[in-house]
This record gives sequence, C-alpha cells and structure tokens, in this order.
Amino acid sequence: MRLLSSFLVGLLFGLGLVISQMSNPQKILGFLDIAGNWDPSLIVVMMSALATTLIGYRIVLARRKPAFEAAFQLPVKTVIDRPLLTGAALFGVGWGMAGLCPGPGLTIVTIGGLAPFAFLAAMLAGMGLQRLVKV
Amino acid sequence: MDSFTPLSAALGGFLIGLSAVLFMALNGRIAGISGIVAGALTPVKGDWAWRAAFVAGLILSPLVAWLAISEKPAVTFTHPIWLTALGGLLVGFGARLGGGCTSGHGVCGMARLSKRSIAATGTFMATALATVFILHRILGF
Repeated sequence: MRLLSSFLVGLLFGLGLVISQMSNPQKILGFLDIAGNWDPSLIVVMMSALATTLIGYRIVLARRKPAFEAAFQLPVKTVIDRPLLTGAALFGVGWGMAGLCPGPGLTIVTIGGLAPFAFLAAMLAGMGLQRLVKV
Repeated sequence: MDSFTPLSAALGGFLIGLSAVLFMALNGRIAGISGIVAGALTPVKGDWAWRAAFVAGLILSPLVAWLAISEKPAVTFTHPIWLTALGGLLVGFGARLGGGCTSGHGVCGMARLSKRSIAATGTFMATALATVFILHRILGF
C-alpha cells in the first residue's frame, strides 16, 4: 500500500507542477526575472500550495500516526546554521541558472529533450559531491 | 505581466499542497523531492522502493496530462544547456547541504512554520532573483 500511495502522490504532485506550468523553465524564469516582463504565477502556486498544506497538516498531524507507517517522520533540527544558509544560497543560484528545481527536473524528463538529462545528471553529481566535500 | 496565469497556478498549487498533505497522512513523510531522490542514491534495505515509486509517479505525470488534454505540456529552455547543467550541479549540492529544496522547505517546511525552512526559502528566493537579474539584465542571457 505504501508503494502505491507513494506512486499516486508522486503522480498528483507532478500533475500539479504540469497544470501550474511550474514544469516549464521559461515560466520559472519569467517569475525570477523581476526586472523583465514579470510573471507572478509562481507566487500564486506557492500561496495556494502553502494554504492547502498549512490547513491539511493541522488535521493530519493531530492524528496518532500515518495510515501506512508506524509513525510520522518529521525533521528535528531547529537551528538556523551555516550549512542551511550556504546550501539554500547555492540552491537559489542554481535554480536561477537552470530555471529548474528537482521536482520539475524529474517531471519533464520524458518531454523536455536533452536538457533535463543534463540537469539531472549534474544534480545527482552535485548531491554526491556534497557528501564528499566539507563546506 | 501578460504571461500571468493565476487560475491554473492556483489549481496546480492546490494539487501540490494536496499531495504534500496526502503523503503525510498516508506515508507520514515530508514530500521533499531532493530528499526523496538523495535517499535513493544510498539505498537502505526497505527504504528504496517507495522513493522509486514516487519518482515514477512524477515522471509519468506529464504523459498522463498529455493523454488527458491531447496537448503536450510546454517545456521551453531559454538558457543554454551548459548553464542548465551548471545550475543542476548547484541545485543538487545546495539542496543537500541546506537539507531541502522548493518542495521540502518552500512548501512542506513553511507550512509547518519551521524557522529553518522560512530562512532557507527566503535565502534561495533572494539568490535566485539576483542570479536571474545578473544573467538577463547584465550578462544578456
């Protein structure tokens, strides 16, 4: 059941990205280019997703446990430290260069030609590199 | 602002939020894509298949949408492929160092009112806006 739910949630998440066009790098860059012909769509996507999750999490996390697992697995760190901020800063630079973040990068792999493969290969390399390098 | 699409943005955002809520309700986890992918890179027994299933769902989604509306979802790259790849490297490195990306910090973490996620989201929004400003307005990409 937990495999099926993972698959269906992944599918739904991807449909959300495709319907909101967040799967299109041009659309992401249209938002990030505030000095150009600015497209505020990403803000609306984020607000809508946040409002839904904010309310939904309140209801779900009031329960004792999730349906298919023994317990909720929530992040435990609360300190704003240097790795968090350095990582987020580098992530943002990469997001602006590519117009893609991990979700959309994976989502468009069958419909985006060669570029998503280049993005994903480099992203996986970056993830591997992070484990080796101490910042 | 002639490319603004508020209705599809609101609907798509709702589906993204709904999937985050369902994932917590069913699997008890944060729907953070970079974390899901990174965890699959160092497979732990019993902790791999659900990650692969999630990614399979993501990858199939545009094909389902294509079948449903008989129109291929638009994907347009305006930056050169080397810049896209360089961006991918920083996205992978930064997401792991910072413990999350647009989905994990930007949606799930912010919805939990996590201070770390709010700080991370503010930071990557700022550097992304600055990067695109420099690329488009100064370097002419």
